[in-house]
Amino acid sequence: MMKLTRYVVYDIIRNKVIMAYTLFLLVVSLSLFQVEENQGKAILSLMNIVLIVLPLVSIVFATIHYYNSYEFIELMLSQPLGRTRIIFSEYAGTALSLLMAFLLGVGIPVLIYSPDDSGLSLLFTGCCLTLIFTSLAFLASVKARDKARGIGSVLLLWFYFALIYDGLVLLILFNFSDYPLEKITLLLTALNPVDLGRIFIMLKMDISALMGYTGALYKDFFGSGTGLLFTSSIMVLWIVLPLLWAIRIFNKKDI
Amino acid sequence: MIRIEAISKKFRKLQALDNISAQFEKGQAISLIGPNGSGKTTLIKCILGMVRPDKGNIYVGGHPVKQEHEYRRMIGYMPQIGRYPDNMRIGQLFSMMKQLRNDKQGGLDETLVEQFGLKKIYDKPMRTLSGGTRQKVSAALAFLFDPAILILDEPTAGLDPLSAEILKARIIEQKKKDKLILITSHILSDLDELTTHVMYMQDGKMVFLKGLDTLQEQTGELKIGKAIARIMKADGDQEDWIKKMFTPSNEQKIY
Repeated sequence: MMKLTRYVVYDIIRNKVIMAYTLFLLVVSLSLFQVEENQGKAILSLMNIVLIVLPLVSIVFATIHYYNSYEFIELMLSQPLGRTRIIFSEYAGTALSLLMAFLLGVGIPVLIYSPDDSGLSLLFTGCCLTLIFTSLAFLASVKARDKARGIGSVLLLWFYFALIYDGLVLLILFNFSDYPLEKITLLLTALNPVDLGRIFIMLKMDISALMGYTGALYKDFFGSGTGLLFTSSIMVLWIVLPLLWAIRIFNKKDI
Repeated sequence: MIRIEAISKKFRKLQALDNISAQFEKGQAISLIGPNGSGKTTLIKCILGMVRPDKGNIYVGGHPVKQEHEYRRMIGYMPQIGRYPDNMRIGQLFSMMKQLRNDKQGGLDETLVEQFGLKKIYDKPMRTLSGGTRQKVSAALAFLFDPAILILDEPTAGLDPLSAEILKARIIEQKKKDKLILITSHILSDLDELTTHVMYMQDGKMVFLKGLDTLQEQTGELKIGKAIARIMKADGDQEDWIKKMFTPSNEQKIY
């Protein structure tokens, strides 16, 4: 298993896109920490970048990488290797490279300038989002044989999680504002890993006081040990379920 | 060694394989012949487990293809179009395959690597290779692990005359070593020296599987091309294709 993953990682880290991505993250985080006086503000700006850019790069890069390695996968399939092992090694290799890029680009500056609760929760969320969106990318690319279709659906997924979903939630909250919605909003956030990550980070910062009654409820819930457990397990579900689904499809697929 | 039991495969509306049963034993060299799109490559991919048949079973050396993958250790496969990871160098590809196969028993057979002069270009990236050189790499990989079964899909297409002769000599050598060899080719004159059995396919159906001697006896022709033409004469619409296929195959062989 490790052998195959190693070849995938070796192939990816020599890729110029992943180097540029690492450098971009590094420059952005370093300059944010330099410019902002207040570390909390820097973390907040960094959070917005992480929540938008990270999923986009992870999902698009993983998809393109999958289609580009199609030949490699074909070659591996004619060898005495199981299908699950092949697709999982591909996933592990891609996810590991993206994680390395994130930890180098954002992890190091955060650990230098702001190694506190909010910084660590930012890193935790970033790692989870990388894994989640790589999983989703694999699911989409295993499903679609056609490259253009695969990348298109992946972009739609990103739009949905990053932009459309929030709009839908706002719409619901606005239309049903006469009812007590606190519990439901909590449930709704769990259905979007980006939102979940955002709330998880924000509640570790002082600004959560600005969020009013809902914020208080959130703080009560996410601040506790159960909240951490809840967030982690939902994130893990978001990583594992799409991946398992992708593996299932891949195992039945004709190459 | 390979037992095919009533397999069928449908791609959307196209019936790629229609209820095919056959048995191949070691020491045989089977030529798979048929027009383009008659299901030859699909059949090979089914044996390799790359395409999952809708119905029926395939056993390689007693192992069911559906559940297992270890049986592929017995197989050396040379694809019709060899496609390899772009960034990898030839040498890396070979060392990776050696690592992945990890064969402890039995030595490696690097005769073709030497004969094709691939060692000299070990540091060339795969993307810079011409179609013919790629074919050489595919052939060398198929023979590398000295497998009991060789599956060669259009082995001589795209090779220069000298290399084609080298490859043919290697195939004959392997046949003498009591191995099972499965070849598809449109250059029927190439097959004359190699074949012991002929399997003829049309529109996903197996028309016949006969020993070469029986075929020669029944038709009174020594060359495979002519023998098949003779058999097909009975069926009006199929005769046309045989003529077309046979005539250029003679002209192609100018050398």
